[in-house]
Amino acid sequence: MITLSDLSAKGGSPVTWPMGLFLLGLATAPFWLAPIGLYQYLGIEIAIWILFAMGFNLLFGYMGLHSFGHGAYLGVGAYAFGLFQLHVGTSLWGGLLAAVLAATVAGAVVGLFLSHRRGIYFALLTIGFGQVFWFSAIKLHSVTGGEDGLLGIPRPPLELGFASVDLNDNAAFYWFVAALVALVVPLLWRLVNAPFGRVLQAIRQNELRARFIGYEVWRFKWATFTISAATAGLAGGLFAMAQESAYPDVMSLHQSGLIVMMVLVGGGLVSFWGPVLGVILYFIARDVLGGLTETWLLWYGLMFVVMVMVRPEGLAGLFHVLRPGKGRA
Amino acid sequence: MTLFAAEAIHKRFGARVVLENISLGFERDRVHGIMGPNGAGKTTCFNVLTGRHAPDRGRITFDGRDITGLAPQRIARLGIARSFQIMNLFDDTLVIENVLLALPAFRGRRTSVLGKVFEDAGLTDAALAVLDLVGLADRAWEKAAALPYGDRRALEIAVALAAEPRILFLDEPTSGLGAEATQGLARLLDRLRQRYTIVIIEHDMRFLFGLADRISVIHWGQVIAEGTPAELMADKWVKRSALGEVA
Ligand SMILES: Nc1ncnc2c1ncn2[C@@H]1O[C@H](COP(=O)(O)OP(=O)(O)O)[C@@H](O)[C@H]1O
Ligand SMILES: [Mg+2]
Repeated sequence: MITLSDLSAKGGSPVTWPMGLFLLGLATAPFWLAPIGLYQYLGIEIAIWILFAMGFNLLFGYMGLHSFGHGAYLGVGAYAFGLFQLHVGTSLWGGLLAAVLAATVAGAVVGLFLSHRRGIYFALLTIGFGQVFWFSAIKLHSVTGGEDGLLGIPRPPLELGFASVDLNDNAAFYWFVAALVALVVPLLWRLVNAPFGRVLQAIRQNELRARFIGYEVWRFKWATFTISAATAGLAGGLFAMAQESAYPDVMSLHQSGLIVMMVLVGGGLVSFWGPVLGVILYFIARDVLGGLTETWLLWYGLMFVVMVMVRPEGLAGLFHVLRPGKGRA
Repeated sequence: MTLFAAEAIHKRFGARVVLENISLGFERDRVHGIMGPNGAGKTTCFNVLTGRHAPDRGRITFDGRDITGLAPQRIARLGIARSFQIMNLFDDTLVIENVLLALPAFRGRRTSVLGKVFEDAGLTDAALAVLDLVGLADRAWEKAAALPYGDRRALEIAVALAAEPRILFLDEPTSGLGAEATQGLARLLDRLRQRYTIVIIEHDMRFLFGLADRISVIHWGQVIAEGTPAELMADKWVKRSALGEVA
């Protein structure tokens, strides 16, 4: 058996080789993306979705709570960023803070309804709430711009005191997103290996026993839901910058399903790094398969089906088998 | 002195009455045995006493405090620990982590999001000490799922012990154990009795009679006899129901 716990049994040192490889990839991407036939903007998309996927996997993989409506919090973040720019003022940090706060609040409120549910009831409620957000985005025309969404969201410059960096340049914007990813991902790694994260995993393994050794299970579910919504909000804010717009599709069920597929295909159920692999694979498939055939999503979907059937541990499962990793902290 | 008392407990599932007017009292620092045939309602009784199911009627008190209907996690935090007849472990993790998670001091660190799980050597040592008590110290860093059956039973008890309980409920700890492992467990419980108030469900009569100060016999959801092992030996009802089943 390979499990999430395999990886972290060693105590969660932040300097593991996958972490090193990940940060190295993040830091060098601009130099090899173009030479291998890809482009800068793809790096931005991948980095943003990695944020979204890793926060999502905290809930999906580590806590074992299957949310199928998580696009909602990506969308809330995107809209909050846009609304801040359009109504409050052009500010990078203000907008991102608004994105994270709005998604945190949305997640915290929805989480209150969800944290006493499990299994299919939990999943159905996440879809229900997801639809509520999506529907609101379409119908609250005066606020959200309806089906068109918010257009012309600016990318505010990054003020460093001594200099101002124009993020309209995709190369600069990539560095900014990459820096945030390089900050958040190690934090998530620490979190899953800290007592809090270990309790989450204990609850996933045996909720009954967790209660009988004194843990208030619903609070952990609520906190995890909220944290994953907050991360989605940050990703959403960046997504609004990337797209220079926010629109209902961002929080559609389609989007929510995509993140589930990415995380599963990558191996989020067995590895912290699964979501990274899943996101990269998806975008490569989109661009490479998409260049060959218009039906690429069909092929991706079929690949997902095959993956779930023959290798439910996902891509990361392949690596696990090769790695003998054993031993104590 | 009575540490834990259940008065007139009733519990039914749908139309099926499983516990009917059960009253039990457990004295501090004693070993209290519960026996009875399969399906008598013993496990359900533990489930009601430890908060898994709320009783339909009746009152449960612990150290003078009414705990009727409290959630299991709240009951657990009062110092009431239990093991399960069907094993309930954290299988995807290390043996030591099963125990660590149950330590009250670790629970105190539950909101730590940046600390490391094994960084507190004091806690790790405390977990190792509990494992040592049940003879599992040298398997501490193995996967829980990889333990052989007998060791998993021991771990089940260790998790309950880790909670530093003021009263310990053990549901059929010998079930599935061979003769040798059962004897080992008897020796362990003999040591634990110096430190804990223990309530133990057991179908192995010889095991229970050698261990318990008092025994209650449950049949058809009722307490049909109660007394010291010697008194029960002489009771004709016990011979017919519980003893008859096992013999
Ligand atoms: N959650 C439940 N729902 C319905 N029936 C139950 C439940 N728990 C136990 N029972 C029934 O209660 C009876 C007593 O079971 P149990 O307490 O496990 O017996 P024992 O531990 O003495 O062997 C059995 O007939 C069992 O089927
Ligand atoms: Mg039973």
